[in-house]
Amino acid sequence: MMTIGLAHYLSVAAILFTIGVFGIFVNRKNIIVILMSVELMLLAVNINLVAFSAYLGNVTGQIFAMFVLTVAAAEAAVGLAILVTFFRNRGDIAVDDASVMKG
Amino acid sequence: MTISADLALAWPELILAVGALTLLVIGAFAPKQTALVGSGSVVVLLAAALASATQPFGVAFGGGLISDAAATFAKVAIYLASAVAIPLGQSWFARRGVKAFEFPVLILLASLGMGMMVGSGDLISLYMGVELQSLALYVLAAMHRDNAKASEAGLKYFVLGALSSGLLLYGASLIYGFAGSTLYSEISLSAGAEGNTGLLFGLVFLICGIAFKVSAAPFHMWTPDVYEGAPTPVVAFFAAAPKLAAMVLFARVLGDGFAAAADQWQQILVVIAMASVAVGAFAGLVQSNIKRLWAYSSIANVGYAVLGLSSGTAEGVQAMLMFMVLYMIDVTGFFACLAALSRGGRSMETLDDMAGLIKERPAIALAMTVFALSALGLPPFSGFFGKYYVFKAALDAGLWGPAVFGLLGSVVAAFYYLRLIKAMWFDASPGTTDKPPVEANAIALVAAIFTFPVVIIALRGLDVLAERAAHVFGLV
Repeated sequence: MMTIGLAHYLSVAAILFTIGVFGIFVNRKNIIVILMSVELMLLAVNINLVAFSAYLGNVTGQIFAMFVLTVAAAEAAVGLAILVTFFRNRGDIAVDDASVMKG
Repeated sequence: MTISADLALAWPELILAVGALTLLVIGAFAPKQTALVGSGSVVVLLAAALASATQPFGVAFGGGLISDAAATFAKVAIYLASAVAIPLGQSWFARRGVKAFEFPVLILLASLGMGMMVGSGDLISLYMGVELQSLALYVLAAMHRDNAKASEAGLKYFVLGALSSGLLLYGASLIYGFAGSTLYSEISLSAGAEGNTGLLFGLVFLICGIAFKVSAAPFHMWTPDVYEGAPTPVVAFFAAAPKLAAMVLFARVLGDGFAAAADQWQQILVVIAMASVAVGAFAGLVQSNIKRLWAYSSIANVGYAVLGLSSGTAEGVQAMLMFMVLYMIDVTGFFACLAALSRGGRSMETLDDMAGLIKERPAIALAMTVFALSALGLPPFSGFFGKYYVFKAALDAGLWGPAVFGLLGSVVAAFYYLRLIKAMWFDASPGTTDKPPVEANAIALVAAIFTFPVVIIALRGLDVLAERAAHVFGLV
């Protein structure tokens, strides 16, 4: 039987983080998807922190993860608020529309 | 250490936090009192600057908060620069019919975050400081709610800022895992050990995250759009204090935490510095919008600051601090001029708008000329001295190639600064401009007088303070 060790958790976190980054750059449709990708990145970091915390027997990582969760909530609130003002001005939230400025 | 001894080291932060929340409540219950909240915020910022100037040195909250010469130097500069942005912004918004008491409160919260950044001794306080500052800045960029460009700027800033926070945080988690602690002092013990690749991997992510925040190439793509779209006084704020805060944070993480790995991060910083100078110089050549142009100018200037830091010596950190403080005054003055100018109620933002300004508004045109020449690095203006420090530090550290490259970059960038000056002095004016507001005029005038000749006197004091600040980091 294979035991699940630190390396497995780190791999999952790395994969989730990569998906999150790709979600921001490759996604060409909707800004809500970008917000979801940001959330995915932060949660990947949390897996990292908690895995390290358990591995090191050191509680700092878990405290850090709590702070990250709190900030992620605040970040989502601010992001959605900005998205609402954007929607009011444009009537749409497609990524391709966010291009009045170029250069 | 007792909790009261810890709190005694956190006076500036306490003043800002309590002040911001009190003013927020006042603003919420007395919505007509925008002016009161504004002047209250200026008072709070000045009190915080005074508190940080007179603060005892030490380490508080289990190493999370550091009060030392560098934190004091940066905090005073940051709080004063933020205080200047408040009257500038309030009158600008009032002239456009936006009555937002949130504007000064958000500036206070951003300054609180910046104060935490420069005084952080731990990856957790670093992250909290960076986020507090960034979240306030995202909202400030989108402050002009009815303006399509401003909300687009806020959205772009938010998305790319959140991405950079993610990178920074991923780096922080790896550093925590491979060093076994989030304290810089503990990390520095592991950083010297051979073969700790995981730690270096984390450091690269962390550097990428901070490079985003200072808008250094290749992480600069948000800057031109945000500068163009965001309200001008907000840009005046963006371009000054947050950059200094992020650069000091950079020096603190690299100096306190990773002094033993200096060989590795020096290479990364040299590449970032040269890329920023090149992008700032060449991409600026084709811009016609002045705010966009100044965004590229700020990318190039951040490149010089990173070049100072990349020398990996205390002299390099001192050069970076001098450069950033002089640049802050220069750029605040320039954007104060832009905020003062309008024609028929419409902001003047393109090179064509500036044509013949010397006949219309001689004082403002003269001040803008001074700021442009200073940003170009022409003696005897302040920008020259900043660049002088940076190049000297780079040469002393043996970075000949990057220093020569930086000099060539500023020669290329001279083209767009001189083009702006040519437009103001020699082109025909398209029409009359509105009467500029008093406070923007005053800020521009004071900044211009500082840029030359006050800088010659101020340089001596600044030099001593910056030298003292630079020696607190673990670099020699």
